[in-house]
Amino acid sequence: MTRKLLTGNGAAAWGARLAATDYIPAFPITPQTEIIETLSTWIDQGDMDARMVTMESEHSMITAAAAAAASGIRVFSATSSQGLLYGMEMLYTVSGWRAPFVLVNVSRGLASPITLEPDHNDIMAARDCGFLQIHCATCQEVLDSTLMAFRLAEHEHIRLPVIVNMDGFYLSFTREPVELPEAAAAQRFVGDYDAENIRFRASAPVSQAVAVLGGAPYSYFRYETHMAAQHGLAVYDELSTTFAEQFGRVYPAIDAYRCDDADTAFVMLGSFATKAQAAVDRLREAGHRIGLLRPRLLRPFPAELFRRLLAGISGVAVIDQNLSMGMGGVLHAELAGALYGHARAPSCLLSFIGGLGGRDISLEEFFQIAEVTRTAVAEQHTPPPRLLYTEQELREMRKLQAIASVERDELNNAGGLEHD
Amino acid sequence: MYRIRFHGRGGQGMKTASRILGTAFFLQGYEVQDAPRYGAERRGAPIFAYVRADQQPIFERGIITQPDLVIVADDSLVPVPAAGVLTGADAHTVMLINSDETTATWQHRLNLASSIITLPAEALERDELRFIGATCTGAAARLLGVISRDNLQQAIEQELAQLGDAIIEKNLSRASLAYDSMQGHQGCVQTAAEANAVDYHKPAWIELPFDDARISAPDIHAAANSVKIRTGLWRTLRPVIDYARCSRCWWVCSTFCPDGAIKVDDKTPVIDYDHCKGCMVCVAQCPPHAIEAIPEEQAKQQEAELETPA
Repeated sequence: MTRKLLTGNGAAAWGARLAATDYIPAFPITPQTEIIETLSTWIDQGDMDARMVTMESEHSMITAAAAAAASGIRVFSATSSQGLLYGMEMLYTVSGWRAPFVLVNVSRGLASPITLEPDHNDIMAARDCGFLQIHCATCQEVLDSTLMAFRLAEHEHIRLPVIVNMDGFYLSFTREPVELPEAAAAQRFVGDYDAENIRFRASAPVSQAVAVLGGAPYSYFRYETHMAAQHGLAVYDELSTTFAEQFGRVYPAIDAYRCDDADTAFVMLGSFATKAQAAVDRLREAGHRIGLLRPRLLRPFPAELFRRLLAGISGVAVIDQNLSMGMGGVLHAELAGALYGHARAPSCLLSFIGGLGGRDISLEEFFQIAEVTRTAVAEQHTPPPRLLYTEQELREMRKLQAIASVERDELNNAGGLEHD
Repeated sequence: MYRIRFHGRGGQGMKTASRILGTAFFLQGYEVQDAPRYGAERRGAPIFAYVRADQQPIFERGIITQPDLVIVADDSLVPVPAAGVLTGADAHTVMLINSDETTATWQHRLNLASSIITLPAEALERDELRFIGATCTGAAARLLGVISRDNLQQAIEQELAQLGDAIIEKNLSRASLAYDSMQGHQGCVQTAAEANAVDYHKPAWIELPFDDARISAPDIHAAANSVKIRTGLWRTLRPVIDYARCSRCWWVCSTFCPDGAIKVDDKTPVIDYDHCKGCMVCVAQCPPHAIEAIPEEQAKQQEAELETPA
């Protein structure tokens, strides 16, 4: 076992290599490109026995990935943000083929306005497509989750594609110490892919997307896919236990940090959650009984485990790094759905929106979120959702708008614009 | 925890410098996090990179807002607001600036409580510019005082392994020279006290006002405003046209210029120095060899002499 500094992108590439991936359809997009660059270098140097094909779009890339998976081989690919959305039609289509493969998504905020920095609206857009989702908070987790994702995807009861998600910049370009499993140990864990009756072959046509009319057959196929996704919880528990036995690293469906005697908890997805972890340590030093719940599985949604872990906790602050326009934080709404009507559910479930487009969340803001949550519990009054946004940030925004306005006026006066 | 920020321009090697320092810490037994941050990946654009190092696992992430050490490879970035060189610099911060100005000049200019150290002049020779990353890292390692020369050298060998022995050798010698030059400041970088959840600065959150769409749509109404960004600011060599030799071919230099910074007016090429980045493609391409390369500093001095009446 070697411990070395790797970026999240490097860790994802190592995951694909150690899982002995056969085929990688690829299309570049920042901040994901380093993954396919790394894999192509290894293939070129003979370090990895796989075939890589660069496609003309993510739409084709997802199609190629699923078509290759339908021939019974092990497939890996990666994308990000606008690319994931460009492939969206095929995400929904190929999950129904029940042909497993692993896709890494490097989260990046969506246009418009365009950005390169991370938030989770891209991966949330893929929430309902039938791909399972594992969300990572460290570079080590990216590597380990990629190995676990192959086993989860290829399980005979599941056979669904799995997305491993990491945050752009905060993981993709950030190096951290990562333990590289021995190739033999990794391959022993992932195992050989038993494709069963999956055998799409040249000159032997198979229709992977049959038309069904009348609703009843459609309902059957869709609900079977849903049940397979839900069954992923049991399969995940089993394989993460095996992983822990073999590698000593424990990855429950929800990572609970210092929650045992907690009365308050943060709930967050992804790498920003490690910032919450640092805040929990400081808040504990100050005498507060607070913890952090970080779901690693978003699909299937570990509702029962959430209910169990939150039993007895009175105040919960969900910090969503996403925004459903006209609704609010997605994780907050999902958690409310899981908790509603259940005994011992927290009395106050607060919603915070933060980290959009990579906007930082400071330690002090976590302290303040904890205080607002404690006050809500004491007063038994849940405040409305809060965007993490400061006076200073609005001042800077107003300054930019003032400059834009002056430039527009100048152009108007100079006759540079045809109409105002 | 050590929190270190490198500032430079795209192409100067600040990402590599941060990785060398990160690896040196790692070899020294520290837990490490290192990462570059850039927007548009344009040569010459401001970039920064940061390194965190601690004896325990690191949970903190993202941009370092309270740095213990700030390294500035290009001093023309200090006054550029978007570069954020001075962000969070306080009395405990050490600023290492690569500059031919003196430490006293920088103290006077910045009027900060931070300690300022300038890299010695011999590191500023033109030939050295390519190795500025190694020079900065070597100096930083000594200022931190917890990285041995052996681990610094091993980190350089690891991070630059693909560049071949000759380049590694150059980097090793520059890093080592810089390491020696900072002997007098060994260990001057101190970590800051960690934040506590009792006395903290409450964030001044506000309710975002609801603006009309005519205000809140992300439109830019001014065309061609990128001209106002002087991308030629960081040029180190200046191409100068000798019009006596110029054959008035009207197209070679202007066509090859990757930045569209040469305009031809009635068969006479004119270089737009606000946007010329000094890549020297025109110098290489000009058929009658009418374009000469002059060090930027020298060109500026000549300009200043011309402007000052004798």
